[in-house]
Amino acid sequence: MDHIQMARAMFGTNMAVHIIFATIGVGLPMMMLAAELMYQRTKDLQYVVMAKRWTKTLGVLLGVGIPTGTIAGVQLSLLWPGFMEVIGRVMALPFQIEIYAFMVEALFMSIYVYAAEKIKPWARIVSLFFVAFGALASAVLISNVHAFEGTPAGFRFENGEIVDVDPWAAFFNPSFLVTAGHTALTAYTTGAFVVASVAAYKMLKNKYGTAEFNFHQKALRISIVLGLVFSFLTALNGHATTQHLYREQPEKLAAAEGLFETQDHAGLTLFGYTDREAQEVKYGIEFPWLLSFLSGNSFDTVVTGLNDFPEEYWPPLYVHILFNAMVMIGSGLIALALFALVWNKWLKKETYPKWILWLFVASGPLSVISIECGWIFACTGRQPWTIYRMLTTEDSVTSYENLGFLFTMFIIVYIILCVSVVFTLLYYFKRHSVMDDIYKAEQKGVRLFDSNS
Amino acid sequence: MSDALLAITLVWGFIFLYAIMASMDFGAGFWAMTYIKKEETNATKIANSYLSPTWEVTNTFVVGLVIAIYSLFPGAVFPIGVALIVPASLILVLLCIRSAFLVFSHSVDKYEKALTYISGLTGLIIPGLLISVLPITHLGFVEGVRGNEELNLSKLFTSPNEYAFVGFGIMSTLFLSSLLLSDYSKQADEMKAYKIYRRDAMITGPLMLVMALLVMLTLRNEANWIYLGMMKNSALLFISLIFFIISGIALYLPYFSKQEVKGMPRLAVIAIIIQYLIGSYVYGIAHLPYIIYPNVTILSGFTDPTSFRAVFATYIVGFAILVPGFYYFWSIFMKDQRRKFKRRQMSN
Repeated sequence: MDHIQMARAMFGTNMAVHIIFATIGVGLPMMMLAAELMYQRTKDLQYVVMAKRWTKTLGVLLGVGIPTGTIAGVQLSLLWPGFMEVIGRVMALPFQIEIYAFMVEALFMSIYVYAAEKIKPWARIVSLFFVAFGALASAVLISNVHAFEGTPAGFRFENGEIVDVDPWAAFFNPSFLVTAGHTALTAYTTGAFVVASVAAYKMLKNKYGTAEFNFHQKALRISIVLGLVFSFLTALNGHATTQHLYREQPEKLAAAEGLFETQDHAGLTLFGYTDREAQEVKYGIEFPWLLSFLSGNSFDTVVTGLNDFPEEYWPPLYVHILFNAMVMIGSGLIALALFALVWNKWLKKETYPKWILWLFVASGPLSVISIECGWIFACTGRQPWTIYRMLTTEDSVTSYENLGFLFTMFIIVYIILCVSVVFTLLYYFKRHSVMDDIYKAEQKGVRLFDSNS
Repeated sequence: MSDALLAITLVWGFIFLYAIMASMDFGAGFWAMTYIKKEETNATKIANSYLSPTWEVTNTFVVGLVIAIYSLFPGAVFPIGVALIVPASLILVLLCIRSAFLVFSHSVDKYEKALTYISGLTGLIIPGLLISVLPITHLGFVEGVRGNEELNLSKLFTSPNEYAFVGFGIMSTLFLSSLLLSDYSKQADEMKAYKIYRRDAMITGPLMLVMALLVMLTLRNEANWIYLGMMKNSALLFISLIFFIISGIALYLPYFSKQEVKGMPRLAVIAIIIQYLIGSYVYGIAHLPYIIYPNVTILSGFTDPTSFRAVFATYIVGFAILVPGFYYFWSIFMKDQRRKFKRRQMSN
């Protein structure tokens, strides 16, 4: 590996770990808020227990999310000082505001946990709302930096110097809304399906009709409804995102679809892999004309192929596979949630068959895989640039060469963290069962929340 | 005041705040480890209960500090990033493990002992690494042309000034934290723990001062420019010494008087913070105009004026919202802790 690839692998590994925890960290507060609202509607104490257990989970997950986020924030300047020099001059605002968003989240989280039983229900919902808001704002702001990398605005280079800086124009760059919206919606989708995954697994492990089974079924129902809403919105937003790519980063779209020749009535190819020599996608299924239609809402839309760009500007061609995996998983989640909803609401079935539950068990890990594919696609698809057509990755990277040792050290740390976070969750929830918590909730004057979480 | 000067003052303020907060945080970890066998004194419990709520803020502050530097002085990012990649990566790794286990130990009681050792050892190593940033910025060991800088590690590790700073950083951490913990345990009416921490402060305080003198001595040889700059404000240095003596009196006086006087740790804490404030101001002023000597000055590294105004505005808005919030939460927390200790004492 040369030194740029090493730096990319090092930062990529950090991101790959961080986004799992960051994404669930945005999605779970939304689920907690939903559970609290359900409690206000039904006065069923089990929803409070649900919110409490998710809060505890979130607290443990933040134990990895925050440190890996700290690493990400500092490592940006260590590995990509050339890039951060431009970001510092032009696009510092999102990072600045993100710190405050995070502080808001941490502050209200502490209030929610510490004072949950001492404050009125509306105050509890307000503090939870700010937790969710802070988490969402952090995600939106950080994705905005990513949006800026793809569609830079608010500055230009003149003889190597940055001139005409307008930080707010950079902040509201052309793809801010679609990109940040995509991050937010997929985080909510993932939050819902991760919960569904655990709930379905617990339903399979418990007998039908037991109190514990019913508790998890309630959780599954919330996540099916929210999962359907957000995965469907993700699809709509994904369509808008693709149209932005068509206009603003055409070579990224061409690589995602494995399209070499510029053409109208361009077809959309699913599956397969892109063959550089043969200039086509092998073993794929082609849907004629569809790509043109999706890109510009008409079959006559001319989609630019890779051959119209110099080869050194081509993104790596494997992004076709990543893009496909992301889209296929997303569509599968919509179908699954829709089917389960129809099954429950229109066919009036009391519970779900086992095979559906197993599909839900898979849905959580799959949605996380989809997030990973999406991010890797988004970031490798921008290569060789860190800021599209403005700054190359080569000019961004540090001049420090011996990254191997540091990289190894970080990998060991990530492994330790990931293993111990799983162990911690299993250990805690084995000793604090659902039934204990429900029993506690039904007693008056017993603290349901641990004050130290 | 020029914009660049305003910006560097802001950065200096952040660094100072972080240094104080982090010293207390890291030192508390070390003391918790030291007294783990002396259960009857509650010294470990006091230190651990102080640790738990502060880590999130302290951790975020690291990121906030880094963001402040690159958004206010982007021109300094390249040399700083290259110079600090090794020490900062080590700090990150240690900090990451420490914070994660702090969180996990709330849920898994088995981890508590492991955590105490992890946070104890990292509590000593991290400050030593953190303070190394200062000699790196003033010793002039960042070599090479722009865009291709490199930190000369062998020069750094053979420099007495670097070791004086490491010693100073560690001693300051131990001193500040034991001082604060003595105040904290007095507030919680834990007299056994209070006596232990007061004794520790009485030992580490003078040691810290010796290290500070060593720092000055080695600065004179190795970075004379900054030594001369600091000596221009020798009157201020003298005042800071007076505050050190005040805090010494607040700690020692009851020790010599034969009566059961409890000492005044709160006064000592305040006097010492003022001492550090003055000391770091003198160092900071002498460091100007360089961010990294001799490569980067505050003017050459300064951001675009439009960006500066936007960033500065977000600071004002952000702080206006957050400071009252945190003050409110901190007061709830302190009350809660005190109540918990009282409850525990009653049940004992």
